[in-house]
Amino acid sequence: MTEIIERPASAGGDVLVDDHAQLDHGAHDHHGPTGILKWLTSTDHKVIGLSYTVTSVIMLVIGGLLAELIRIQLAVPNSSFVSLAEYNQLFTMHGSLMIYLFAGPFAFGGLANIIVPLQIGAPDMAFPRLNALSYWLYLSGSLLMLLGFVTAGGAADFGWVGYAPLSNAIYSPGAGADLWIAALMLTGFSAIFTGVNLCATVFYLRAPGMTMFRMPIFTWNLLVVGILILLAFPVLTAGLVMLYCDRHFGTHIYTVPGGGVPVLWQHIFWFWGHPEVYILALPFFGMVTEVIAAMSKKPVFGYKGMVFATITIAALSLGVWAHHMFTTGVVLLPFFSIMSLLIAVPTGIKIFNWIGTMWGGKVRLNTAMLFAIGFVITFLIGGLTGIYLASPPLDFFTHDTYFVVAHFHSVVLALVMGGMAGLYYWGPKVTGYMLNEPLGKIQFWLWFIGAQMMVVPQYILGLNGMPRRVATYVHDPQWAALNQWATAGAILMGVSTLVFVVNFVYSWKRVPAGDNPWDAQTLEWFTTSPPPHHNYYSLPPIRSERPTWDYNHPNAKTLAHGHHEAPDPAPAGATP
Amino acid sequence: MQSKPSRPSTAGRTPARRKRLGVLGLAAAAILLSGCTEPNFGAYKSVTSQGRSTFHLWQGFSIAAVIIGTFTLLLIVWAALRYRARKGDESLPRQTQYHLPLEVTYTVIPIIIVIALFAATVVVENKVTAEPPPATLIKVYAFQWGWQFTYPSRDFASPTPGFSIRGQTTQNPEMLMPEGQNVRIELQSVDVVHGFYVRQFNFSRYALPGVQNFFTFNAQTTGTFFGQCTQLCGLYHSLMWFRIKVVTPAAYQQWLAAELAAAPIKDSIAQNQAIRAQLDAGVPVKPDIGSGVK
Repeated sequence: MTEIIERPASAGGDVLVDDHAQLDHGAHDHHGPTGILKWLTSTDHKVIGLSYTVTSVIMLVIGGLLAELIRIQLAVPNSSFVSLAEYNQLFTMHGSLMIYLFAGPFAFGGLANIIVPLQIGAPDMAFPRLNALSYWLYLSGSLLMLLGFVTAGGAADFGWVGYAPLSNAIYSPGAGADLWIAALMLTGFSAIFTGVNLCATVFYLRAPGMTMFRMPIFTWNLLVVGILILLAFPVLTAGLVMLYCDRHFGTHIYTVPGGGVPVLWQHIFWFWGHPEVYILALPFFGMVTEVIAAMSKKPVFGYKGMVFATITIAALSLGVWAHHMFTTGVVLLPFFSIMSLLIAVPTGIKIFNWIGTMWGGKVRLNTAMLFAIGFVITFLIGGLTGIYLASPPLDFFTHDTYFVVAHFHSVVLALVMGGMAGLYYWGPKVTGYMLNEPLGKIQFWLWFIGAQMMVVPQYILGLNGMPRRVATYVHDPQWAALNQWATAGAILMGVSTLVFVVNFVYSWKRVPAGDNPWDAQTLEWFTTSPPPHHNYYSLPPIRSERPTWDYNHPNAKTLAHGHHEAPDPAPAGATP
Repeated sequence: MQSKPSRPSTAGRTPARRKRLGVLGLAAAAILLSGCTEPNFGAYKSVTSQGRSTFHLWQGFSIAAVIIGTFTLLLIVWAALRYRARKGDESLPRQTQYHLPLEVTYTVIPIIIVIALFAATVVVENKVTAEPPPATLIKVYAFQWGWQFTYPSRDFASPTPGFSIRGQTTQNPEMLMPEGQNVRIELQSVDVVHGFYVRQFNFSRYALPGVQNFFTFNAQTTGTFFGQCTQLCGLYHSLMWFRIKVVTPAAYQQWLAAELAAAPIKDSIAQNQAIRAQLDAGVPVKPDIGSGVK
């Protein structure tokens, strides 16, 4: 229900206004509970998104602390800083926290929740109460998993992949394992509901004029993530139910003695696990795309190619799960090899599109942009080493060594940089205040250098034969030095995280952001910072994927190659 | 570099860009040439003929990765630095969004590279997983937390095992195999999933419960080589070590004859209850893999 009315004189021009929103929620002071009660009862996507973001960053910090303990243990050979049993818990919970409780929820629960409705001009998510349920399921799941540490047997200790039959009741009898399974079921349902919500929101709540190919790349990526979640997470949840039955109800789904098949768990787990890699990565790709375009003052280069690259990655990701299982000897190697290698093509397109977006632009090297570039470089390294792992013979001798650890840490440390780019970019929109730039740059350089300092020695360690998930090593003096470099890198990243927390506290309510501090292009920068309840007082005409830019720069139109002078038919922002 | 208020046309920058592209090309050529001497890019040359094929594949992938990686990295850094915003320059850049020929180029070239890499992969994979007629058969059983190597009698087709060598955690059970002959390994786990990994052989394979995996080693040199479990298998996963000793065929036959005449199971577990008790009590152990092991 929209009509065209006159925008207040200060802004000028004709704009679309949702009159319903104007009537109900026009005033700044939306009446309702405040403080803790607001947080507990809110179904506003921005409040839920913020809860998600804060909770997941806390999980990042806890997971990071576990990582520091791991690195301290490995800094010297034959270390007895922690026991073998404690070490198994440390890396299991480190991986679980980072994958299940930080990366996904931060991206598709946190920033996506806040930004997707804003980017498409929607007043909220399609199912606000389901959205709230998602968060509470996620929070209870997170607490449940952490509670494992206070049980008698300690937390889960069979790795974040929980391979059967090690994860069954005979080999892992503790309550920590059950809490881990229950936590994954809860967070799994949380993710499924968020997936439903994302798809429904994108399909049904786009503002007038916001066609599919005018959606920002971030929203596109989150739509694809929503679909991937719906395809992948139910499989994991079903697998966990079967694992729980094996542990407690006497079934033999994953155990040989009763006629079960242990490898079945690996198939089920990785059928979720590999799409999950892209469920994690695509939102961060989206964040980085938005940041690079905004900071270069250019449209996303190859926008449609970018969309199709995302869809191609998602489609291929459903057919590559067994590349995690090349060394099982029970999968068809060439099929999964070519499918995995092919993912390099759309991923390469993305990297070249990011370069193309910067090319010829006015690149502002602020904190958000530095993190975005740091992401692209680190992700390039992680991507190239991933190509090796897609080749079965090369995977045979690097599988389960530190080479693999280094590969996926290149990728996930890049994702954290993408997330930080997103926080520095959208943080002002959410809180209304800028984050401090000098502190941000210190944070970036500490993280970027720390990340390379940790992964490069790990690549070498892996090639020298150090297996992952070992608490001790003795037989090569060179390993100690390499491990110490890695530990120093991890400590730099720890300091970087501290700088971020300091920056957050220091910048709180210090420098007001204004509506559009970056001269950014997409719709969310048209509303106030923070946005009002139900998001928009008025909407600009949506004629491209960057309506705010069209509105602010009516003469700077998007060009294709060959159009050297803009054949400007009509100033953007005018109604037809 | 002074600030340019606007760049409506690209014509004025072409010579400078060509020069820079030339520098880029030189750098790429230098890397390409250094690739021709074929460094080992951090990997082992390998002891087995199968592992050597893998090693050559590793070299090929690495040359491709170094060239592509350096090229792309330079492009990223170049784009970010060359086009950084100058102070006080508030003008807007050209709003280029599409360049179809360029986009097609960076889609098609990666596809060609991927096909080449896949072709090389298939060739090497067929060598590594080939099943030539074996001269010797060794059955390897993985358990929490150790290994058992079972040798058949002199006639490997015989169903009755000849003798076994078993050892756990720090005792490093040793598997003997002959040099220059096809040795077929049949691998299985008796409990959870383990990983049979020999770094100098450039090879690993899961030991799965309920599934028999098999592969062939053809060692090209003698020596003692370190092996370790790579798949997390519980508490003492970090200490689940073994050794492979490659000897000449004559020495192997001599050893085989002597062992067949001796006890059917050479079990070091019983003799090492003390170490295991120490481990279980949480006393830190300082295991030693022995001297001369690679």
